[in-house]
Amino acid sequence: MMTAAVNHYFRSSIGRKHLVAITGLLLCGFLVGHLSGNLLLLVGPDAFNIYAHKLISLGPLLYVIETVLALVFLVHLYLAARLNIENRQARGKYTLKTRTGRGTTLMSASMPYTGVVLLVFIILHLMNLKFGTNYQTQVDGVQMRDIYRTTVEYFQSPVSVAWYVFAMACAGFHTAHGFSSAFQSLGLNFPKYYPKIKIISYLYAVTIAGGFAFLSIWCYLKGV
Amino acid sequence: MATTNNMTLNLKIWRQKNQTSEGKLVDYRVENVSPDMSFLEMIDVLNDQLVRKGEDTVAFDHDCREGICGMCSMMINGKAHGGFKNTTTCQVHMRLYKDGDTVVIEPFRAKAFPIVKDLTVDRGAIDKVMAAGGFITANTGNAPDANAMLIPKPVADEAMDAAACIGCGACVASCPNGSGMLFMGAKVSQLALLPQGQPESPKRALNMVYTHDTLGFGNCTTHAECEATCPKGISIEHIARMNREYLKAAFTYHEKNRSEGAG
Ligand code: HEM
Ligand code: SF4
Ligand code: FES
Repeated sequence: MMTAAVNHYFRSSIGRKHLVAITGLLLCGFLVGHLSGNLLLLVGPDAFNIYAHKLISLGPLLYVIETVLALVFLVHLYLAARLNIENRQARGKYTLKTRTGRGTTLMSASMPYTGVVLLVFIILHLMNLKFGTNYQTQVDGVQMRDIYRTTVEYFQSPVSVAWYVFAMACAGFHTAHGFSSAFQSLGLNFPKYYPKIKIISYLYAVTIAGGFAFLSIWCYLKGV
Repeated sequence: MATTNNMTLNLKIWRQKNQTSEGKLVDYRVENVSPDMSFLEMIDVLNDQLVRKGEDTVAFDHDCREGICGMCSMMINGKAHGGFKNTTTCQVHMRLYKDGDTVVIEPFRAKAFPIVKDLTVDRGAIDKVMAAGGFITANTGNAPDANAMLIPKPVADEAMDAAACIGCGACVASCPNGSGMLFMGAKVSQLALLPQGQPESPKRALNMVYTHDTLGFGNCTTHAECEATCPKGISIEHIARMNREYLKAAFTYHEKNRSEGAG
């Protein structure tokens, strides 16, 4: 039964922040899986295509997973945007800069902007790749989509690579602050291990952003 | 006259007649400022000059002038309380400035803190959040035995760290989101750590957060500017403890399951 307290939770400053944190961490987890799969590009066209084919063959289960992912993404984006609008109205407008240099970082200050870049990026990313040219190929006699070719072809344009690297830099900035901030938001800031979470946060950001960016450049250099 | 180290300062002070009128920075020159004066005494000197000239004095909040009441709120050169480590404005001394310096003084600003006049702001929103849950139930009458309730030293220390908050509002004023999480976190955390705070613990978290959210404060995004400017060095760990307390309370507290009062 929904009590008044639970009801308020989903409207409150802290409750909504918990949801941004949980959805943010789920998206961070998704990126780990996505990057791991993409590493198969390095193994070769067949390995990557078979992997993609296996995912597509999940059929209805894949739709369920995709729907959940889309919902997680929309909740994150909607609540983060709402909170950001409230925060803009709540803060004081000063004539001088108020940053001490010991709090706000470039990463924390740019969260809404890197978020918007990610939103635009994800829409274009789906259009260009998932819904990009549907080449067909055969691996061991099995007919399947040649998503390897679509991918490598897409990255033949230096503009595509540059935009991709830029978007990944934004993803790195977003998660460098977001990952550790999510732990703080969820109340998981204990002096014993919070400094380590901060380090993991930076390592995560560099690995994810660097990994994806590297693969885009690799595709460009590899050629069709 | 013997040579002194006294300084001349160029001030730019925010002057605003009342809550609704437009304000602006006005230039003043104060001479003969002793390096031993506190920042507030320096404004006293300015006000003395203004009175002698028949002008309206600069309104500013102050009370204890010894760093414990939290009244002396102002942004000095863009930093709450001047931005010195663990220091309230009244404890800032003029020796930290040089002869000829330009010092900009603005009121604390946030949606939750309307300006009353000049540097004076209404920080009543903090009191409202405190009144919503920053208390415990205690017997009146004889003083209780100090050692009747055993509290481990590290826990008592942590609660004392949180209790150091003087409600000055620097955290809100310097937060890029105008959020009240640090002072609220300090109070929720202090009382959640101690056995005396347990009976009201879930209701406290729920009521304080609810009240906070209705007063125009923003939401935390972990910039930690609050921690950087807090004159009492309150850590954002206390915000995390409040977030845990609030989560626990939101999902386990049920009005009907609780009987209020002694029982
Ligand atoms: C794969 C994509 C994304 C990942 C992995 C991600 C991850 C995160 C994480 C972990 C947080 C921290 C939550 C917290 O502090 O409690 C966060 C916060 C936030 N995200 Fe995202 N996010 C993504 C996409 C987006 C998008 C598309 C937007 C906006 C259009 C966005 C906007 C924000 C904002 C405004 C915040 C709050 C900033 C803050 O708390 O400082 N994010 N995100
Ligand atoms: S937490 Fe620090 S900055 Fe905020 S009101 Fe308390 S003493 Fe002032
Ligand atoms: S006047 Fe009391 S703390 Fe400064």
